[in-house]
Amino acid sequence: MILYHNISIINYKKGGLMVDSTMVLTGQTLAYTFYCLVIILLVAWFAIKVTGKGTGFSVKPAIFYTFVGFLTVLGVSLHLITFNTIPWAEMDLNRSDYKPDKTFEIKVKDHQFLMPSEKLVINVNDIVLFDVQSEDLTYGFGLFRNDNSMMFQMQVVPGHRNDLLWQFDREGVYTIRSTEYSGPKGVFMILKDAVQVIPANTTN
Amino acid sequence: MSFIKTFMNGEEGLFKSETLTPMQKLTLRFVVVGLIYFGFVVVEGLLMRLYEVKPLPFVSESQFFAILTAHPLVGIFGSTYSIVFGAFLFLVPFLMKKPLWSIRLGNLTFILVSVGTFIFWFAGFVSHYAPLYTLYWPLPADFTQFSVWGGTFFILGIALIMLGSAFFVINIFKTISYTPHGWEKQPAGALLASALGITGFKNLFRKNKTDHLVPLPVAAVARGSVDVALNTAIILFTGVLILVFMVASILGFDLKETAIDALLYKNWFWWGLDLIADGLVLIFVAGTWYLLAMMISGKPLFMQNIARAALLVELIVSWTVWSHHLLSDQAQPAILKVLSGEMVTAFELITQGLAFFITLATLWSARPLKMTNPLKFLLGGLLGFALAVPAGIMQADVGLNRILHNTQWVVGPHVQVAILVGLTMTLYSAIYLLFPIITNGAKVHSQKLVNVHFWCHLIGGIGMGAFMGMAGLKGMLRRSLYLNGEFNLTMILAAICGALLLIGFIVFFYNIVMSVGLKGVIGIFTPAKTKTTDLVPAEQIC
Repeated sequence: MILYHNISIINYKKGGLMVDSTMVLTGQTLAYTFYCLVIILLVAWFAIKVTGKGTGFSVKPAIFYTFVGFLTVLGVSLHLITFNTIPWAEMDLNRSDYKPDKTFEIKVKDHQFLMPSEKLVINVNDIVLFDVQSEDLTYGFGLFRNDNSMMFQMQVVPGHRNDLLWQFDREGVYTIRSTEYSGPKGVFMILKDAVQVIPANTTN
Repeated sequence: MSFIKTFMNGEEGLFKSETLTPMQKLTLRFVVVGLIYFGFVVVEGLLMRLYEVKPLPFVSESQFFAILTAHPLVGIFGSTYSIVFGAFLFLVPFLMKKPLWSIRLGNLTFILVSVGTFIFWFAGFVSHYAPLYTLYWPLPADFTQFSVWGGTFFILGIALIMLGSAFFVINIFKTISYTPHGWEKQPAGALLASALGITGFKNLFRKNKTDHLVPLPVAAVARGSVDVALNTAIILFTGVLILVFMVASILGFDLKETAIDALLYKNWFWWGLDLIADGLVLIFVAGTWYLLAMMISGKPLFMQNIARAALLVELIVSWTVWSHHLLSDQAQPAILKVLSGEMVTAFELITQGLAFFITLATLWSARPLKMTNPLKFLLGGLLGFALAVPAGIMQADVGLNRILHNTQWVVGPHVQVAILVGLTMTLYSAIYLLFPIITNGAKVHSQKLVNVHFWCHLIGGIGMGAFMGMAGLKGMLRRSLYLNGEFNLTMILAAICGALLLIGFIVFFYNIVMSVGLKGVIGIFTPAKTKTTDLVPAEQIC
C-alpha cells in the first residue's frame, strides 16, 4: 500500500508543483487561446494577401508534406504530453494497479444519490475510490469546488461498475452533482458540501 | 424601384419563378425550408442563452428542456440536411453532366425531411418531450418524466427524416451510376468504384493507373452518403427499439431494467451518431471546400490525388472514432478509450488539416482574387473548423475529458463553432455561389447587408462559442441550469453574441427575400411550368 501511495504522490508533484485540475485547465486555456489568436490572424493575413497585389503560384509539395508531418506529430504528442503530465490520466487507465485507502459505495436511484454517510470525509493524499451504481437511469457523478469549478466527473451507467480513483492533494469541501442529463429532475441532483478533505493523519 | 415593388418582385424584378426548371425549384425549396428551420434554431438558441442567464417567465422549465432537445435536431436535420441535400441533389448531376436520376424521389426527400422535422419539433413543443442529449437517445428510457405519446410522435418525425435520407442516398448513387435515356451505356460499376475510392485504392498497386471517372466533389458526396446511409440505418433501428420500450410502457410493462445493456447500447448508438459529426459532416464539408475553391479560383485542386485519398481515410476514420464519447464511462475498455477515443480521433486533425491546407493552397494559386461573397464566407467556414477541430481533439483525451466532459466547453468552442461558423458559413458560401445559377441570374439586393450578415455571424458565432467555453472551463455543465447566477457574466456575453447571430440571420433573410421577392418565394413552391429534366433552362446554357 505504501508503494502504491508513493508512486501516486510522485505523479502528482510534477516539477515540484502540485498539479490539479485547476492548473491543467489554466494550461489548456492559455494554449488554446494562443492557438485561436494565431489561427485567426493567419486567416486574416491570408484574406488580405489572397486579394491583394501579386501573382499566384503553386505551393511546393514539400511545404504540404511538412504540414502533414506537423499535424501527425501534434495529434500524437498531445496525448503523450497529457498522459505524462496530467496526474490522474495514468492512474485512471490503470485503476486495478492501485489499492485505495478508502472506498465509498454510492447508489443512485430516482434522481437521488444514496450516500453511505451524510458527509464523506477524506484525508489529504488519500487515494479514494468512488464506486457509484445506478439502479435505474444513466446519471453522472462529479465533484465541484465552492467556486463551481469541476474537480472531476464520470458517467454512471446502470448495470455496470462505475468506479473512479482520485487522490486529494489539499484540504477542501466539495459538492457532488450529477454531470449527465437525466431529464429536468437531474438538474437538482446536487449534494452541497458532501465531501470534506481534512489534513492527513487526522480523524473525523 | 420602391420598397413595396422590390419586396413583391425582387431586386430589379430579375427573379422569375416561372422560368425555373423542376430541378431549380427542388433545390430552392430545400434551401428556403432549410433557412426557415435555421431561423427556428437561432431563435431557440437565443432563448436558451437568455434562460441560462435568468429563467424567462414565458418559458417553463420543462419547455426549456424540450427546446434543448429539439434545437440540435432541428439544426442538423431540418436545416443542415435540407440545405445539403438540396445542394447535392443539384450539384451531383451538374458535375456528372447528366440529369438527376429521379426528381420525384428528390421532392419526396424534401417533403419527408420538412414534414418529419415539423412533426418531431411539434411533438416536443406540445408534450415537452425531452429525454435526449444532443442526438443521443438514452436507454433505459424514462417514462416518469416524459410522455409516451409525445415520444411516439417524436420518433415518427425522426423516422420520416431517416426515410427521406435513405431516398437521398439512393438518388445520389443512382445518379452517379445510371445511364440516362438515349445515352450510350454507362459503366455503372466503374463509376461507383471511382466514387467510393475503390479505383484510387487499386491504383496504389497498379502500374497502369486507371483514370478517375467522377469529379472529386462527387466522390466526396458519395463517400459522405455512405455515412448518411449507415447513420440512417442505426437511427431507424434505435427508433424502433425505443418504440418497443414505449409500447411496452403503454401496455403496462416496464423494460427499463431488463431489456438492453446500457453500455453496449451506448457504444452502438454513438457509433452510429458519430457517422454524422465525425463522418458525413467532415467529408461533405471537405468536398464542398474543394468545389468552392476550384470554382472561385478557376484552378485545379492542389494535391488532388491526396485530397481524394484523404476523403477515403476520413470515411474509414469516421467508423472508428466513436469511443471518444465514452472516455468518461469507466466500464468502457481502456484499449478502446486510447485507440478509438484518442489515437484514431486525432486523425481528424490530420484529415481536416489537409482539407484546410489544400483549399487555401488552391485559392493561393489564383492570386489576386476578388473578395466575393463566396470567398468571404468560405474563409469564415475554414476558420470555424480550424478553431473547432482542435477543441474537439483536446476533449478527446483521457486526461482532459475527466474535467471537460459534459461541460459548456464541449458544446461551445467545439460543437457551436464547428456548426455555426464552420459548417454554416461554408453553406452560405455555397448558397452565394449557386444563387445566380439556380435563380437564372437574380441579383443580391444589398451588398452592405451581406457584409452585415457576415460580420454578425462570424463575431456572434465565435464569440458565443468562446464565452460558453470559458464557462465550461470554470465548471459550467451543459444541459443544466444555474439558478443563482453562478455563470452570469459569461452567459450574458454569450447571449449578446447569440443576439448578434439572430440579427445576422434576420438581415440575411430580409436580403434574400428582397432579392427574389415575395412572389418569387411563393413561386418556388408552385409546380414548375416546364417538365424538363435539365438542371437549368436551355437558354441559360446557351
